[in-house]
Amino acid sequence: MSVWLPVAILLSSFIPGVLIFFQPEERHRLRTLLNLLGAVVKMVLVGVLIWGVFHEQVFETRWAMAPGLEFVLHADALSVLFVSLSTLLWLVTTIYAIGYLEHTPHRSRFFGFFSLCVTATVGLALAGNLFTFVVFYELLTLATYPLIAHKGSPQALRGARIYLRYTLFGGLLLMIGAVWLHTLTGGVEFVEGGILDQYANLDQSTLRWIFLLLILGLGVKAALVPLHGWLPQAMVAPAPVSALLHAVAVVKAGAFGIVRVVYDVYGVEFAAELGVLTLLGVVAAITIIYGSVKALSQDHLKKRLAYSTVSQVSYIVLGTAILGPLATIGGLVHLVHQGVMKITLFFAAGNYAEALGIHQVSEMDGVGRRMPGTTLAFTIGALGMIGIPPVAGFISKWYLGLGAVEAGAAAWVLPVLITSSLLNAAYFLPILYRAWFKSQVTSWPADKTAGCARELPDPLLWPPLTTAALALLIGLFAAAPYSPLEWAELIAGREYRQ
Amino acid sequence: MSNLLIWPVALPLLAALLALLWPGRSTWIGVAGTALSLLAVLLVARQLVETGPIELALGGWAPGLGIALRADGLSLLMLSMSSLVAMAVAVYASVYFSQSDRRGEFWVLWLLLITALHALFLSGDLFNLYVTLELLGLSAVVLACLGGSRESLRAALRYLVLGLLGSLAFLMGVALVYAGYGTLDMAALGAAIEAGPTAWVALSLMTGGLLIKSALFPLHFWLPPAHANAPAPVSAVLSALVVKAALYLILRLWLELFDGVVTQAAALIVGVLGAIAVVWGSWAALRAERLKLMAAYSTVAQLGYLFLFLPLLAALPQGEGRDLALGALVLLALTHGFAKSAFFLAAGVIMQRAGHDRIAELGGTARALPVTAFTIALAGVALIGLPPSGSFLAKWQLLSSVFVTGQWIWLPVIAIGTLLAGAYIFRLLGHAFAPGEGVGPSLSVGREEIPAMLLALIATLLLGFWATTVWDLVPITAYAAGGIG
Repeated sequence: MSVWLPVAILLSSFIPGVLIFFQPEERHRLRTLLNLLGAVVKMVLVGVLIWGVFHEQVFETRWAMAPGLEFVLHADALSVLFVSLSTLLWLVTTIYAIGYLEHTPHRSRFFGFFSLCVTATVGLALAGNLFTFVVFYELLTLATYPLIAHKGSPQALRGARIYLRYTLFGGLLLMIGAVWLHTLTGGVEFVEGGILDQYANLDQSTLRWIFLLLILGLGVKAALVPLHGWLPQAMVAPAPVSALLHAVAVVKAGAFGIVRVVYDVYGVEFAAELGVLTLLGVVAAITIIYGSVKALSQDHLKKRLAYSTVSQVSYIVLGTAILGPLATIGGLVHLVHQGVMKITLFFAAGNYAEALGIHQVSEMDGVGRRMPGTTLAFTIGALGMIGIPPVAGFISKWYLGLGAVEAGAAAWVLPVLITSSLLNAAYFLPILYRAWFKSQVTSWPADKTAGCARELPDPLLWPPLTTAALALLIGLFAAAPYSPLEWAELIAGREYRQ
Repeated sequence: MSNLLIWPVALPLLAALLALLWPGRSTWIGVAGTALSLLAVLLVARQLVETGPIELALGGWAPGLGIALRADGLSLLMLSMSSLVAMAVAVYASVYFSQSDRRGEFWVLWLLLITALHALFLSGDLFNLYVTLELLGLSAVVLACLGGSRESLRAALRYLVLGLLGSLAFLMGVALVYAGYGTLDMAALGAAIEAGPTAWVALSLMTGGLLIKSALFPLHFWLPPAHANAPAPVSAVLSALVVKAALYLILRLWLELFDGVVTQAAALIVGVLGAIAVVWGSWAALRAERLKLMAAYSTVAQLGYLFLFLPLLAALPQGEGRDLALGALVLLALTHGFAKSAFFLAAGVIMQRAGHDRIAELGGTARALPVTAFTIALAGVALIGLPPSGSFLAKWQLLSSVFVTGQWIWLPVIAIGTLLAGAYIFRLLGHAFAPGEGVGPSLSVGREEIPAMLLALIATLLLGFWATTVWDLVPITAYAAGGIG
């Protein structure tokens, strides 16, 4: 079991994905069955994994792909954090996507790649060494490209092309850095606390260059400024794709990779010694502010959310760049919190577009009365992003702030956090105000649900409500066992063990 | 049991004769002959894995007098690739040429080509290598002009002249070796050859000839038109196998016979030419307007990568590091062989359906021919060098050798080549997956689409996850033992 479990977790989305490719368009029942079966099986397997890792069991699969290059799947506490997030959100997003894409063409292709995309994400989470991580990092690029290009419109193709340009370039940098490090150390396993402090003879400036290459490579997917250009373009993808892209798949893959490199390759203390964390922190701070400022001026709802993602993902990077367990906890827990909140917002944005044809913020006047469920979910997500208690986002910001104080970096981190929160409020609150308190002025751009008794069909309405409730619950019960916060504390405890 | 070695050569030759006698049955004979040669190669493989390198002196004559056949890990890998690719292409060709009145000629030449390839990979002396090289070149030229169009004839003529020039240079080198050392048996030569003027000139002549045949920049100009204008099954074997034969010989010469004669400077020159080929070939592929031309330029670029390995190999001391790089070189050659043949077959399917292969007008291909579009995507992954293909592992090792040897100049070449490859593959995929009516709806025949897909799967999955076999087999033992030991 301990050897097969990581493989089984990958296969539980890979096999349905491959099978779905071969289904004719009209067999949507079978396709739905395959999708949900895979998602549920994955949930069960991940449940076993969480329990096992908590009790310090070892789950590991090794396969020699070339001399000195091993394909390693290994589950540690950090992988579990990301695996559970991906699995849970995959299930919710699949349900949403089934509802969202009903009666559109090429659904088999879509769900096939969708499953492959999740497989690659979970593979990233379970990668036990840098080589395996690079493999899945590139696979993720390949699986996501068709999803962004899915609509086939010139705009979609253009967005996909830009995405590809950025990510292939990033993947290449990551690979060069990884190979370089590999030749110096003979293999880079992910070990809690890092491995590089054991190689005392390595040249420090070489290690700094490698760090730079790795972070540049990962920063493309994590949308660090100035490598973020693809993300606002990629929002041409269908809503479920944007939701998954912004919450777990792509941007998180980059952020997760940075966490891996800092904690489990360099080791956070060694990285601080090298002085590379300062640079990372500065880039994260710039990204946080820049993303928020850009979001302010976007009238297109999905674009505003996209810039908000640019900003929010860098909280994770910021938490990583500050030395100290509290900041680590803040960064790690935000990996989960941002995912749950952002997916809610994108589901809601998809619903507005689907039901009423609303794409712009300026068209949202009075939408709360017409679509109360969706708008409720959107509100919870938005408040969480601003950091208002008791929604989950508050917990992240609280720990980041505490961490900054603990590390003596309060002088520059706190202003960043405060400014960013004010900006978050400045671009989210007007939306909430329009939706709830203004009354409808003009007719909806494209009202598809006129005359329906209910706001939207269940598969579209329940996913945002579920994730919104989740965002509220993991904030309220942050201290409960197995909560993301508890889990982040467990990881931080293991990283700072020495 | 060493007589096994005769079958991979004898069976296709025999089948060629039969096909000549019964032109009416040529399709059947051709496919069966290819299948039997594949079977023979598999038997050789089983034997070789058990016992190590095999040797066979035909007719009982001692090596040096008679014809000697030898198989070691490297020859086995090349043989396996060529017979597997040949099998898939033969199945495809049985449909492709089913209506053609030239199918009789095709199958005879096809079987001769396989004979020549297999004999080349098994030959143990330089003169036989020359003969097989000549046979290979001639059958390839005639196959290339089977399309019958004016362009294909012109391209084939150029191919012929340059091929002959290459063989001639090779032959002169062989003659020099014979004059200098009195033998052409490679095992004996491995021990005898020492650095000196004879060895120098002979090596330069032979290498020069082979570089023409393997289309290294700036001797590549014959390749794109010849490969792009040949019938699809022929393009597939030309790009995947025939150029690899010349590369295989260069490896044999450089690493076994003339090991110690080759200087760093010579290797560097070849490496620089390879680097130019990578960048220029990829750029030309990106600019190409036709699918098959793009694939042909991509071959120029991919061959360039293989030559990048030579300066690295020359700089690495014998031992584990060098074996790693050599294994990566062979893995890259194999992956390219499978991926490029898959690519050309898929291009053939598209071309027959659409009536053209203009990339910009391929919209709708993915809807009309999903399996073929999938094949192109898979093969494309291998051509760019993305995981999980074998070329990803090879590129990882290539980069690794660059860092180990400190030859940083190759780093930007590999980076630019990879990005350009990504650009030309995804440009194609963008057009193929765009909506449109470029390729009308059609019934697809499994025999046309499936072989290409299997080849692409071998390149992207099999050679990715089971590549360690390559590194197990590659370390050259057959002749080097005499030279170094």
